[in-house]
Amino acid sequence: MKKLPPVDVVLVGFGWTGAIMAQELTDAGLQVLAIERGAWRDTPTHFPPTTAPDELRWYWRKEMFQSNARDTLTFRNNRDQVARPMRRWGSFLPGEGVGGGGVHWNGQTWRFLPSDFAAQSHNTARYGALPEGMTVQDYGVTYDELEPHYDRFDKLCGIGGKAGNLRGEIVEGGNPFEGPRSAEYPNPPMHMTFSQNQFIHAARQLGLKPFPGPSANLTRPYVNPLGAQLAPCSYCGFCEKYGCGNYSKASAQTTILPVLMRKPNFTLKVQNEVLSITRDNTGRRATGVTHIDLDGNRYEQPAELVILCAYPLSNARLMMLSGIGEVYNPATGEGLVGKNYCYQVMAAAQVFYDDKFTNGFVGAGALGAAVDEYNGDNFDHTGLGFIGGGYIANWTTNARPIETHRTPEGTPTWGSQWKAAVADNFLTSTTVGAHGASMAYATNALDLDPTYKDAYGQPLLRMTYDFTPNDRAMARFLSARATDIARLMGGREVKVVLRDGPYDSMPYQTTHNTGGTIMGTTPANSVVNRYLQSWDVPNLFVMGAGVFPQNAGYNPTATVAALTFWAAAAIRSQYLRNPGPLVQA
Amino acid sequence: MRSLFLATAALAALSTAGLAQTTSYSQVERGRYIAATGNCQGCHTVPGEAPYSGGRPMPTPFGTIHAPNITFAERSGIGRWTKDDFWRAVHQGIRRDGQRLYPAFPYPHFTKMPRQDVDAVYDYLAALPRVEKESPPNSLPFPLSWRRLMAGWNLLYFTPGVYQPDPARSPEWNRGAYLVEGPGHCGACHTDKNLVGADRRSRHLQGGELDNWAAPDIRAGRNGGIAHWSDAEIVEYLKTGRNAHTAAVSIMSEVIEYSTQLMTEADLKAMAVYLRSLDSPARSAATKPAESVMTAGRAIYADNCSACHRADGTGVPRFFGPLAGSNKVRDPNPTTVIRILLEGARSVPTQARPTPLSMPSYAWKLTDAQIAAVASYVRASWGNDAPPVTEDTVRSLRQTLKETAAH
Repeated sequence: MKKLPPVDVVLVGFGWTGAIMAQELTDAGLQVLAIERGAWRDTPTHFPPTTAPDELRWYWRKEMFQSNARDTLTFRNNRDQVARPMRRWGSFLPGEGVGGGGVHWNGQTWRFLPSDFAAQSHNTARYGALPEGMTVQDYGVTYDELEPHYDRFDKLCGIGGKAGNLRGEIVEGGNPFEGPRSAEYPNPPMHMTFSQNQFIHAARQLGLKPFPGPSANLTRPYVNPLGAQLAPCSYCGFCEKYGCGNYSKASAQTTILPVLMRKPNFTLKVQNEVLSITRDNTGRRATGVTHIDLDGNRYEQPAELVILCAYPLSNARLMMLSGIGEVYNPATGEGLVGKNYCYQVMAAAQVFYDDKFTNGFVGAGALGAAVDEYNGDNFDHTGLGFIGGGYIANWTTNARPIETHRTPEGTPTWGSQWKAAVADNFLTSTTVGAHGASMAYATNALDLDPTYKDAYGQPLLRMTYDFTPNDRAMARFLSARATDIARLMGGREVKVVLRDGPYDSMPYQTTHNTGGTIMGTTPANSVVNRYLQSWDVPNLFVMGAGVFPQNAGYNPTATVAALTFWAAAAIRSQYLRNPGPLVQA
Repeated sequence: MRSLFLATAALAALSTAGLAQTTSYSQVERGRYIAATGNCQGCHTVPGEAPYSGGRPMPTPFGTIHAPNITFAERSGIGRWTKDDFWRAVHQGIRRDGQRLYPAFPYPHFTKMPRQDVDAVYDYLAALPRVEKESPPNSLPFPLSWRRLMAGWNLLYFTPGVYQPDPARSPEWNRGAYLVEGPGHCGACHTDKNLVGADRRSRHLQGGELDNWAAPDIRAGRNGGIAHWSDAEIVEYLKTGRNAHTAAVSIMSEVIEYSTQLMTEADLKAMAVYLRSLDSPARSAATKPAESVMTAGRAIYADNCSACHRADGTGVPRFFGPLAGSNKVRDPNPTTVIRILLEGARSVPTQARPTPLSMPSYAWKLTDAQIAAVASYVRASWGNDAPPVTEDTVRSLRQTLKETAAH
């Protein structure tokens, strides 16, 4: 193994969190190296217009995503089953390559509710003890502490939206339930189309307060505080699962890389996979990482600071492979790495019109209207049998010809009648969806698979996950609320789409996997402290949604980014001055 | 010497910004700034190699010339040159060994620089790291390889002499005229050349062609290529590489990267004032493309171009160049338009605007006839009135670019 010259900071993975961290730490004068296992990707070279909207290439042939021929995970619903490798991504789509999953996200950019960060203490105070087996806990950081960092991300991306709570004052037209914002969104909301207007009308009839979805698809030309330029969205409907060819979707490529890649104290190494975090003989100090290139050459990269910026599932696995912390054992409750794996629970109702055109192909990843009355603890859960909730929204994200085919109740699932129904309804249907939270249970967790290995002979990550009693009760509730709205939207008929039975890893839902490297208040309940610093190895930090102790009823990107800015600020203002634990255990 | 000193003093007095420059910066800093106004780095550096170490090939219609190493390296650079040697080269186009320089080195423009400025550049170059690196030999055919021939060329086309301010004009105008005509050597690209490579004076700054790019008309007045640009828009373009009307690509990218973005706003404003004082002759109406060409071009445009440049050609100002009214699109010479369609384009990243917004190549996707049709369509739509593009012109440029790339 070749030993390379040391650097100040090594970043493992180079998506949103890697780019933000690199920008912040190079600004502080540090020599930063990012190691990304995928390839270089940029707008003009990989997804220029007329190449970006290629459904077959990017989505169906999975060119956007982690190669599961080299590394995948094994999956089972519960511990009585044998986990088998996912040989094709389905339910979620881990990214790979420069920009990570942030290249193929939709751009729905939410802030979590203040109460989401205190899910354990808030809900216990209001409803009493949490049910048996539910392992929900507080983040250890508050909304107010994160607010300036949310604001920075809004401005970095040029988020379009309408504030509902401006410095404590409720503003008409925005989300009245959101935490107080220090500033209005940098850009106006997207243009609502027919479906959103029907949704808004229906929601108001029910006494709800609809508002435009916050969007990282740019609503007008925008120059961010770094000078990077983002162009207005053309509503082509190729966001989620695609790179944006028009510079219209905020990603590392459009917001940070133009500035970062020019810096002399930043280096990016692509197509190198980090295999482990190395430590000194005390085990309390990371000395760097080992990585391997495409030719199989192995390298030791020494660094003063190691920051995991890969996908949450990969961060958790890398800690397990490196033997840092104890892997969680649901049988005994011992160990923390891999604990509190959570996902997300979706519910939907589809609306079919006779002669009204919804023209779903005129869409954008975050073109939508939403209501937040049934999210978090915005409503009284007494007697409902669950905590948490989700927003209900009507998005027009796409009508891509291979993927999009809504058909009314009773349509055969294949054959000429199915084809006729797809054609009949392609331009005249829409969906009201609920995007639900996921509360942690002891039974859902990540560990290393005892049998299956990746291309380098290292154990695959094993996921054990099923919907929980909380999920099921919440999904039934949200689905009924979504249906209420859908029925008032003036269509011919409504079809309720329920997620029944066990969790299925194949149909796509969201790429919002969380947990496994959770944050918290003490080394007894978390892998990282409130600054995302490892309790065990203080010069190791872990970014990403893996630190969420449980998932909220929102898309995670803004919270992931805000936590990264928050951690970077702690590193800059506290850690560099006095390297060591930032929270005394 | 006395007259030179007077000229310099007059120049320094022309603008208060220029005066501040001379009094508040060290000589080396002053030299750095003047070298930047002349974009010396652009020609004398192979991209990725040490600044000013030379060797960069400059294709000319007569053959390839390699810019020399102008670091103070003893053997391969100008380490043995005195200030007088350097002055003679810049002012008169004569090397230290007495041989003539080729006007690919823009001494016909640089001659307008006063001695004090040239000395400052000398001091700046002397302060840079010395890099021993030989430039490859030039590939000029005989008799052009015979440098003495240049004496005759100079006799016909070269007037040495430091810039003389026009007392009837404002100090700002004079500063602008000096920068544009002297160190900025804008005419090197933007003025059409005669058969022996000298500027056609009657076509001064009305557009030229260089290395298979058409440099547009940069006169303003009533009829110039930038008639509809304001002073502020000219400054913005030179400072950030883009403005409401266009974005810099290709060779102009380097000028902005190494030169104009480093200049003071006052100097850029002065250049704007000067350019805005220059009129161009009115253009005669161009032939319209055939209706069938317009129909095809409109359809190709809708599918491939309208997402960024908008259906009405207004683009997204500062992001995706507007095509309506663009001096690149309206240029009688269609080379740039065709080339951008074939190769794509990339706006120059600058300190102010680091994003290299890019357009993809359509060479793989559109035939010569399709490119001709869409180019003709944009040149004849939305108030543009440039002549149509033929399929043959596209074919020939595609071939030329292929051959150049193969070298």
